[in-house]
Parts: sequence; C-alpha cells; structure tokens
Amino acid sequence: MSQPNPSAPTLGPGFWEKFALLDRRIIFAFIFLGLALPLFYTIRQPIPVSPEGRAYYQSIENLPAGSKVLLSFDYDPPSSPELQPMAEATFKQLFTKNCKLVVIGLWPQGPQQAEQALATALRDPRFKDKKLEYGVNYANLGYMAGNEIVIQKMNADIISTFPSDYKGNATASLPIMRGVRNYKNFDFIINFSSGFVGTREWVQFCVDRSGAKMIAGNTAVQAPENYPYFRSGQLKGLLAGMKGAAEYETVAGQPGKGISFMGSQSVAHLVVILFVILGNIAYFVSRRKW
Amino acid sequence: MPGMVSLTLAGFLTLGIMSFVYKDNPIYKFCESIFIGVSAGYYFVLIFYQSLLPQLTDKIGLTGALTDSALAYYRQSGSLASVQWFNLIAAVLGMMMLMRLLPKIGWISRWPLAFVIGSIAGLKLIGELQTNIMTQIQKSILPLWAPQYVDGSLSLAASIGQSLTNIVLVGGILTGVIYFFFSKEHKGVFGGAARVGIWFLMVTFGAAFGLTVMSRMSLLIARIDFLLRDWLHLLG
Amino acid sequence: MMRREIPLFITSVVGFIFVIRFFIPHEPFYSLEDVSSSWIQVIQAFAIWLGILNLLKVSLDKIYKKERGWGYSGVIIFSFLAISIAGFFFPLWEERPAGYSYLQHAREFLKPGTSFDWFYWYVYSPLSSTMFATLAFFIASASFRAFRARSFQATLLLLSGFVVMFGSVPVGNVLFGWLPAGWQVSDIADWVRNVPQVAGQRAIQIGIALGIISTSLRLILGLERAHLGREE
Repeated sequence: MSQPNPSAPTLGPGFWEKFALLDRRIIFAFIFLGLALPLFYTIRQPIPVSPEGRAYYQSIENLPAGSKVLLSFDYDPPSSPELQPMAEATFKQLFTKNCKLVVIGLWPQGPQQAEQALATALRDPRFKDKKLEYGVNYANLGYMAGNEIVIQKMNADIISTFPSDYKGNATASLPIMRGVRNYKNFDFIINFSSGFVGTREWVQFCVDRSGAKMIAGNTAVQAPENYPYFRSGQLKGLLAGMKGAAEYETVAGQPGKGISFMGSQSVAHLVVILFVILGNIAYFVSRRKW
Repeated sequence: MPGMVSLTLAGFLTLGIMSFVYKDNPIYKFCESIFIGVSAGYYFVLIFYQSLLPQLTDKIGLTGALTDSALAYYRQSGSLASVQWFNLIAAVLGMMMLMRLLPKIGWISRWPLAFVIGSIAGLKLIGELQTNIMTQIQKSILPLWAPQYVDGSLSLAASIGQSLTNIVLVGGILTGVIYFFFSKEHKGVFGGAARVGIWFLMVTFGAAFGLTVMSRMSLLIARIDFLLRDWLHLLG
Repeated sequence: MMRREIPLFITSVVGFIFVIRFFIPHEPFYSLEDVSSSWIQVIQAFAIWLGILNLLKVSLDKIYKKERGWGYSGVIIFSFLAISIAGFFFPLWEERPAGYSYLQHAREFLKPGTSFDWFYWYVYSPLSSTMFATLAFFIASASFRAFRARSFQATLLLLSGFVVMFGSVPVGNVLFGWLPAGWQVSDIADWVRNVPQVAGQRAIQIGIALGIISTSLRLILGLERAHLGREE
C-alpha cells in the first residue's frame, strides 16, 4: 500500500496543494475521534422515519395475534451492528403479538446470531409471565448448506429441508411444526440479510413462487438493490442499515443500540462530507493555479 | 457478565486487526492467521453437525432422535419416504467433490460440480426472468398523469407530485435501459436518452455510496463501542 | 467422455429438470427436483469442506517446505485445530446433561456457554467484525482523494450521496431545519432512495438479469463449458 510521502514535491507552495496530499492517517484519526466522542454523550435527536421503515413495523402490527412467522438469519458478526438491533426489536414485537416463530439460517453464523437476539428478547420483563417455551412458541432449525436451493426446496417441504433443529431434535417432533409443510403454512416471512444468499434470492424463490408476504432488514450496503422490490410490493417493508434499525426502534417504542449509535453516525457522516468538500476545494484551487 | 479474561482477549484481537490502518505489521498478520484458522474450523464443525448429519444420517434414523412423529411425517408425506436411502448417493457425490484434492483423479469432482451448476442455471433462468424482468416491468407501467383525491375532491398538488414521481420512475428506467443497450450507436435522440439514463445511474450510485458510508461507519462504531464500553468500561 | 461429456450431460439434465418443474409442477418433475435439491444440499456442504481442506493442504505444504511466512501457516493450523477440538470434543470436559448420549450432547455445541460458543463470541466475532470495520477508515480517505466534482455527472453522484448521507442521520434535519415542512432533507433523501434510485436500480437489474438468463441458457444447452476447466 503506498503512503503519500509528506516530503514529496507538492504541486505548488500553497496550503491547499499540501492539503491535497494530507496523510491518510490524519483522516483516520478524525474518523476515530468523530465516532468515539459522541459515545460519551447521550444525544437525543428525533429520528425521521422513512416510509419503508414504517411499513416494516406496520406489517408486523397488522398480523393477527398468534400468527406463524418464519425468520431467516442470513448474516454474520461483521453485519451484526446493523442487523442485530433490528432482530432484537423484531422478536420483541412478534412476542408481544404472541406470534409463533421458526428461525432458520442460510449463513452458517445466522442461527447463532438469532440465538443471541432471542436471548435478549426473552430477558424482557414483559414476556416473563408469558412462559415462552422452546419448540412451542419458538424454534431454531439451524443452518443448512445449499443457498437458493434451500429456499426453493422449502416450497415443497420444509421438514425434509431441515430434518433436525439446531440441537439435533427431529424437526417433525416439535409442536410448533405440527401442520407445517411449506411456506403456505406461514403467515409471514422475515429476512435479515447482508448479501448473497439473502433478500434477492428470498424474493425470487419464496415470495414470487409461493405468494408469501415478506419484509426484510438489510445492511445499508445491500439495501439499494432491494428497494425496487419494496416499490413493487414484493417486499412489504424494508429496513436499511443502522438508520433502519433506529427508525424501527423509534416507531416500535423499543429504544436500543440503533438509536443510541445515531449520534456517532451523525458525526461520522459530517466528517466524511466535510473531507469530501475540503478535498474538492483543494482540487479546484490547485488546478486553477496550475 | 462475560469474564474479564475473555473480554481482554477479544479486545487485544480487535486492536491487533485495527493496527493495520496504521501500517501492515506482524501482529496484524498473526491475528489475521488466527482469523483464517478459526473461520475454517468454525465452518468445518458447523457443516458437519448442521448440514451433513441432518441430511445424511438423521433422515434415515442412524443419528438423532428420529421420533415416532418424525417417522409418521415422512410416511405421510409419501413422496419422500422412498428417497431417504437414495440420499446416500448424495454422500458419494460429495466425496467425489473432495477428490479434487488429489491431482490424478481431480476430474471426478466435475460430476457433482456439473450437478450444482445445472441446478442453479435452471433455477436462475426462471427466477431472474420472473422476478427481475417480468415483475419489474409490470410494476413500472404507471400512469403519467395520476390524479389524487383528498376527501373525494381532486387535489392538484398531490396529483402533480404523484405524476412527477411516476414520470421520473418510468423515464429513469427507460433511459437507463437504453444506456445499457450497446447494439445501437448512442447518437441523436437515442444518444440523448442514453445521456439522461446515465444521470439516473449516477444518482443511483450516489445513493449507494451514501448508504455504503453509513454501513461501514456502523461497523466501526460498534467496534469502538466494544472497546470503550464492554472492555474498558469507560462509558456508562 | 467421462471427463467432459458426462458432466455436460448432467448440467443439461439437471438444468432442464429445474426449468420444466416450474411449468409442469407435477410428477415426476416434482420428485426429481426434490431429490436433486437434497443432493445439492449435501454436495454444497462438501464443497465448503473442500475449501477448508484445501486451505489446510496449502498451509501444511508451506510449513513443510519452510516457505516465507510459514510461521503464520502454523498459526492457521493451530487455530483450526483449537476450534475444531472445542466443537467436536467439548462433551469430554463439560458436564453432560442427565440422560444425554455423547452425540446428543455434542450436537448442542452452539448453545450459550459451550467452548465452541466461547470461540465464536470472543475470537471469531471480534476478528471478523474488526476486519470489516477497518474499511470505514479507508472509505473515508478514498472519498477525500477520489470524490471530485469534475463533471456534471460526477457532481450528480456527489449531490445524491450528500443528500442520502445527510438524510440518513438526525443531524441532517437539524442543520437544514430551515427547509419547509415536507421538504426536510430526510424527506428528500427518502424520495431519492425510493424514486430515482429505484429507477436506476431497476435498469441495472434488468440488465443483469438478461446477462444471467443468457449465461444460464448457454450452460443448460452445453454451449458454455468454462466451468469444466481445460480440455485434458
């Protein structure tokens, strides 16, 4: 990796010419401080809620109590800052509505991330007296290799696609799976995704083939390619990145990490924008002198 | 509350990887190697318990608690009961895949590979056509004048807003597709449309850039939060 | 014949099954697709194992030949063994629940508190997360150096990026609070993401889809043979 050499001849003697060659480590330091300092303060600014975020919340809210929901966790730890807060708040909203939840993962790390989100949700005092039970109110069928083939196969038969849950119990013996054969036996599908295999494949092989209703939480990097599906109604709601998580926590009234990190996120965006503007000034000033 | 030893280990591993932003160094390389080894081991164990056992041995009752209800399910679903043992052929195909490690008979792995590629080609052929072409085109056929009614009477402002949105959407898709069409020279009206198309693509890339910045920053915020809050207890 | 014709034949047949099953959702295509899918689940699992075994082979080779950096290969092997042993053999040193067989206990390796789970949360997770988190630094310095409003198109890209960045954080609406209600920067960002962005994205998607369809068709018809490697 090449380092800009501060002693290299500059384009001219001026300040901006030197600035254009700024050591990247100075930028790194600004970014670090810009992200770290806001963590020391509680900044509470109203979080604007986008139409796709509101639709995500509303479509869960509109589910009849006790609905059966399939959740697919298709992400790994690097994406958990964005998706984990969504997953936790989603579990809480679903449990409030007494929904029955079946979790799967098409990324190997997904089921373990789901377990953690479940544990956080179950610690909530609101669900203490509901006596939520594994196998009855929720189940985790674990990971299965095969990517989109797995999604397609569940159109025919979910139990033979996931013969055992993540602890090795026979899936068919779980009370929650009684009467479940394919997507048609689920009222709703939720997908948390950070790339391939993810929302794009779920829309293709689950929504468009079975007519299931689905919402998705995406990392911000991946979200742009799935906005067309929200616009066309193939997705009923969409959360994009940490902002999406914060929006959802706001409408659902469950403040969590998404909201608390928005201060740092604000400063981060300002720092990046500022550096882009300064970089442009430096570029135009030094070009004019040339 | 996780132990301080575990957190300290996680903290040092985090700093070790972060040290790369200053400069490539042996500590980073050491942590990177741990990452590679641990990922490989993680996948190795997980694939065995979560994919191979359920698919190969649980279904036929060799491992796992194949309870009466499970057996009843397989019997009732009929079409499957007959294929349980058939599934062991898959194990043979899987072993053929591993033959790639042996240079002399590595070509055998082409058989299972052909199987996977054929299936994905078949699936994608229909899936892409249905989801990303037919549905997207169908949902893009919008009225360019979209009257909006508020309490039963026509609202001019809302109607103009919605119509503009539709026009931008339809225009953007059409010109964008034209830009990607290289079989005709980009000249005249066609060239003009292609130029408008590239404007739309630029707005798209800009939005994607903005969202990518958001994504990357979120990940770093969480790591810094881990260092300062969970590990060093500097934050409340 | 064994090396080229049979794989080509398999690709075509399996491809056809998956296509026909969509148009004729009846037997025998229904069962054929079902069986093929089960097989592919297993093959893909083995494919991941293949990748891992290959990594081990390369690393061991490096150690054996004492190539430059062979010490790091040793670290790879050691970490691999450590987590694998934790995953397969933890029932040997952890208390077994009453009435559980070794395998039953071992299959609960993902449960919170097992050695494998410890590896996941305190070694794997911090390493992988930080690996991706450092990209934040590089995207910032790259934008500083490369993001220039050189032309009208580049300026459009820049503006759209700014609007989305300002509109995605609460501070945007504070800075631009003087904008009229309904035209706040977050509203504009919502519109950019949902209208022009969707238009551009659909155009790209249609283009990509056409590409995938033609490649798939070539594969199924046996015209595309690159995946079978060199002629031997």
